[in-house]
Amino acid sequence: MTGRIWRLAVFVFVLGFTLNLVGIVSHVAVSSLARRWFATPLPGAFTTEWYAYAWREFQLADVLTVTATVAASVTALALLLGFPAAYVLARRGFPAKNAVLLLYFLPLLIPQMTYGIPLATSLYRYRIGGTIAGVILANLVPMLPLAIFVLLPFVEQISESLEWAARVHGAGRFQVFRRVVLPLALPGLLTAGLLVLVNTVANFELTFLLSGAGSQTLVVALYYAVFAAGMRPIYSVDAMAVIYMAIVLLILVAALRFVRPTQMVFRLGGK
Amino acid sequence: MKRGGVLLLVLPSVVYLVVMFVYPFLYGVFLSLHPAKGAAVVSLANYLAFFGDPWQLRTIAVTASIAVPNTIVTVVLALAVAYAMRRGIWAERTITALLVLPIALGTVLVAEGINGFYGPKGWLNQILQIAGVADPPRLTHNYTGVMIALFVQHFPFCFLMLLGYISGIDPALEASARVLGARPWVVFRRVMWPLIAPGAAIAFALVFVMNFGVFPSAVLVGQPAGATRTIAIAAYQQAFEHYDMSMASAIAVVMGLCQLLGLAVVVGLRGRLAATGVATVGAGKR
Repeated sequence: MTGRIWRLAVFVFVLGFTLNLVGIVSHVAVSSLARRWFATPLPGAFTTEWYAYAWREFQLADVLTVTATVAASVTALALLLGFPAAYVLARRGFPAKNAVLLLYFLPLLIPQMTYGIPLATSLYRYRIGGTIAGVILANLVPMLPLAIFVLLPFVEQISESLEWAARVHGAGRFQVFRRVVLPLALPGLLTAGLLVLVNTVANFELTFLLSGAGSQTLVVALYYAVFAAGMRPIYSVDAMAVIYMAIVLLILVAALRFVRPTQMVFRLGGK
Repeated sequence: MKRGGVLLLVLPSVVYLVVMFVYPFLYGVFLSLHPAKGAAVVSLANYLAFFGDPWQLRTIAVTASIAVPNTIVTVVLALAVAYAMRRGIWAERTITALLVLPIALGTVLVAEGINGFYGPKGWLNQILQIAGVADPPRLTHNYTGVMIALFVQHFPFCFLMLLGYISGIDPALEASARVLGARPWVVFRRVMWPLIAPGAAIAFALVFVMNFGVFPSAVLVGQPAGATRTIAIAAYQQAFEHYDMSMASAIAVVMGLCQLLGLAVVVGLRGRLAATGVATVGAGKR
């Protein structure tokens, strides 16, 4: 009996939470299509003109260019710097390994607001703050460790004897990397790339602290629009929110083809 | 290349994080101790100013009053649901994918959605009015709004983390306990909980640390000038409204120390929680 009540309670809670999520997301979507909407279940008339309005007024063409530049650069750099590190961590033990792992782990553990303020202070001092380069460099701080930790299990799965076999058959180090390790690590690189991409597009705090007038990504532009609610019609803010949502969902759906949802958060007790 | 040469491959990432993470951190601490420009003497003036000003000091209490209850509620509920779902459930993949949404979409979008859905003209209020609640309570732009936003954000995070952890526990342990006649509660208390406790402690620590650094939700769904002026808002205002980087760094250091204190408490409790003396093997990855 208690078992059944217990299961019912869990079911009702999960249902409620899911409905609440659907409500939050679809309220934004419906509002972006409303001509006017005031305390009725649905708006009286629908329109798509807020999208054109938002595109114009929030300079979304520029904002999206910045977002794409930042996301692509951070992803490329995170993989470029992260893959060699993941390779060594998977293959070798070395004296300071635990210290290095801690160094990779801290930027993921410490909230961005805590280290973002000193980071912003130093970057503004060297006049990198407020530029697109500053946004890219700052976002790389948490994204590089993320890439490394996602890549690590993939590299561990590649048998080292394959590398030895290639060496025995006369392949040089570069050839082994190019012809053996890289092709086998491709699924890992793809997964890590997608996860870094979606996280960079959605990453708020560091981008917010480092971006100036011409270096705002979409999520920061959205923050300012929501913050200044009342300056522009809420429907146009929601139109921008829907554009943002569509982009994130697109990358997320691609990412979920490769990873289980439980892998999108910290792996507890893994290594 | 020599045998050790391959180790050089970690170097670029290590150097990057030392320059962009460790150095700014140390620089921030240094800066917070040197309030006057160019002064060589170390001074605690910033910290004294922070702890002497009730308006600033209050942010610690405000942040704690959000972070502590929210973390407890989030972890307890996530633990209950993850435990109930440990053997898999109907449409698990769809439900878990749906739960990833708020994590992927981020705080800003969730805040805007909450302002609409939970707002005075939103669907929830309309439903409450139909249900006969004449004067529904205000749920946005106050303390409640921030609590809702953080819960929506961190419950899925915590749930997915614990689900991965709990479903990695060997089912044979539970089955043996049942065969030997243990009732569900006893199975949980004596067999499963000792195995889950370390994971729950880490989840608690992570959620607490995130909650304590709350910024966008506190501004967008909260009352950033009053009831939800958290310590992150105070640090941001010093840095970007008063351009006092020295004071801002001091507040960031205080914020970091509070988070560290939270971690220390959890680590201390974890030793006690896990000390129930039953099986400690079997927890692993999924």
